[in-house]
Amino acid sequence: MITATNLSKMYNGTKVLDIEHLDIPSGQNFGLVGNNGAGKTTFFSLLLDLIQPTTGNIFNKDITVSESEDWKPFTSSFIDESFLIGYLTPEEYFYFIGELRNRNKADIDSFLTQFEDFFNGEIIGRKKYLRDLSKGNQKKVGIVAALIGDPEVVILDEPFANLDPTTQIRLKKLLKELSQISGTTVLISSHDLIHVTEVCERIVVLDKGVIVRDMETSEATLNELEQYFSAEIAES
Amino acid sequence: MFKKFAWLEWKSFLRSASFGKSLGLKILMAFLALYFSAMFLLFGISLFPLIHKFYPEQDPLKVANSFVLAYFTFELIFRFMLQTLPVMDIKPLMVLPVKKKKVVNFVLFKSLYSFYNFLPLLLIVPFGLFCMFKDDYSTAGMTGWIIAMYAITLCMNFLNFIIKKRFTENLKALIPIVGAGVIIALLDYLGIFDITAYFGTLLDYLVLNPYLAIIPVLILIALFWWNFQNLRDKFYLDADLKGKNKAASTKEFGWTKRFGSLAPFLQQDLKLIWRNKRPKTTIYLSFIFLAYGLIFYPNDTYQEMPTFFVFAGIFITGIFMINFGQFVPSWDASYYQMIMAQNIPMRQYLASKMGLITFSVLALAILSTPYVYFGWNILFLNLACALYNMGVNIPILLYAGSFNKKRIDLDKSPFMNYQGTGASQWLVGLPLILIPIFLFWITNKYINYEAAIVILAVLGIIGLILRPNLLSFLTQRYRSRKYVMIQGFKQKGD
Repeated sequence: MITATNLSKMYNGTKVLDIEHLDIPSGQNFGLVGNNGAGKTTFFSLLLDLIQPTTGNIFNKDITVSESEDWKPFTSSFIDESFLIGYLTPEEYFYFIGELRNRNKADIDSFLTQFEDFFNGEIIGRKKYLRDLSKGNQKKVGIVAALIGDPEVVILDEPFANLDPTTQIRLKKLLKELSQISGTTVLISSHDLIHVTEVCERIVVLDKGVIVRDMETSEATLNELEQYFSAEIAES
Repeated sequence: MFKKFAWLEWKSFLRSASFGKSLGLKILMAFLALYFSAMFLLFGISLFPLIHKFYPEQDPLKVANSFVLAYFTFELIFRFMLQTLPVMDIKPLMVLPVKKKKVVNFVLFKSLYSFYNFLPLLLIVPFGLFCMFKDDYSTAGMTGWIIAMYAITLCMNFLNFIIKKRFTENLKALIPIVGAGVIIALLDYLGIFDITAYFGTLLDYLVLNPYLAIIPVLILIALFWWNFQNLRDKFYLDADLKGKNKAASTKEFGWTKRFGSLAPFLQQDLKLIWRNKRPKTTIYLSFIFLAYGLIFYPNDTYQEMPTFFVFAGIFITGIFMINFGQFVPSWDASYYQMIMAQNIPMRQYLASKMGLITFSVLALAILSTPYVYFGWNILFLNLACALYNMGVNIPILLYAGSFNKKRIDLDKSPFMNYQGTGASQWLVGLPLILIPIFLFWITNKYINYEAAIVILAVLGIIGLILRPNLLSFLTQRYRSRKYVMIQGFKQKGD
């Protein structure tokens, strides 16, 4: 589904991302972990054509993302709050995204009913603008909006941050079902190793822009990841 | 502490995303400033001999004094339109050990270092000196006069500060002030209550009793104090949170549906305008500027110079275009990443912006039809200007917009938020107005009025016909600028 070849991004002579080859098959639940500055958000931004690669290309379903806009109809994403339109109410935002993805109001209304628990009664029908919602609630809106219109690829940058514990558990369930039931390719990044090992079938560890681990998730994965990230502390 | 603040200001200027643009504008402004300084100085020096020539029997100082009130009224209006007030980002300072008093004082004193406060000196001082040496006024008297005049000038500075604050926070609060001003001006004009003359007499009295110059100085201090209180009370993040519990308006703008694939974007833009203070003001301004023609059309001096009517025509039908269009796509800055990653083709995004602005030109053109009262030639000219705006100016404006990479914070608190409401805003509009004026002037001069109207209309129609091609070009342009824009829009603050 998604292929990156020779992909690199330089800022003022510093390489922040350098991926020789990465292939993410369709329907995979893909997790990206790494410390701050590892290049997670850079990778997602390149994938969404928000920044230009210094070398190489990313192909989304064989479409070069930096050359054509044809990947947009089947790709959706939520990177941060700047993806929200502050002066709309959550409903209006959902309808707006719905219209961009050819879903009418009724479609969206029935789509939203399955998220009633997720929203915990704090989002729909509250007559509040998005800018007035708390960070956690904004995040919920962004994540749900990214699922509108049955996208084939969903990209979420740190979806677990800022969410309350109950919602984190709900979100994990949701993301797992997403790739299992509808075969969606899900890409997430996270700092929470437990969540990411629970949700993702495959985990890639980035360090200073380079892939240092690429593993299928198993019983041992969490342990392996914890060891990897504590190695530096142990050394010193 | 002041030094630290100044250092912060300097850094934010140098490191701003729009540094290149603001530097270019600053250089242009510097030239304008020099020009105006020269004009004011020239006027200041020649004022005394001029009055002497035109009113040989009267005392020049008394004649000048009788115009002072009118002068200050205009000064206030000009300041209101042109002067940018100092802005400071207070949020990072709020939790630091910095006294509020210091910050507020810094902002207020900074407003004094404005060119608009320097300019009147060039007028006041030479004239005062002339009166001192050519006329037999006492040195003390004229010194008092100069001090009083300059104190009133600075009063205008702080008065403008207060009015501007009220204006951005609550537009309706301005209506009684404007109303009172108009009534007083009318009474004066009709000779019922000659306030300018009374004011002049007061100043004459002041020259005889120069110690009275203390009064304007006291008023100045009072105004400063009023501003100080005003700003200090606003020194909270929640100063404007009070209205927040108000239910969100959920107006749907359902009628936009008939525009097909552009409908969601149009709806979106209308909500943008309707729900945010900054763009909302552009709507009010459009209605105010509809009356702009009244300055030109009834005035006999302009009848021989129809070129001025082009100026009025472009402005009346295009004021929303200029005010709103020049900040495309900055209005969407805070969520531009989403727009770029979402299922929105660039072409459609631009087409919807064009559509909205075209619609505004059309609406204003229709609203301006009552000007037919002043003659058919004016109606036709306005319609030609509207066509020119739609066909030529909108693409130019959107092209200029592709250089935009400065963020507009829609939901920024109105605490001293005058982003882009200064003189530079009007400068960007100059080519939009000067080009049609030039074309009209040259055709009118060598052929005739009708041909000049036709030229503008035809250019507009050609632009409208070529719009799909222009749109493709603009799409190309915006796509190549996309990454720079995303980068620039991420940068918060000024």
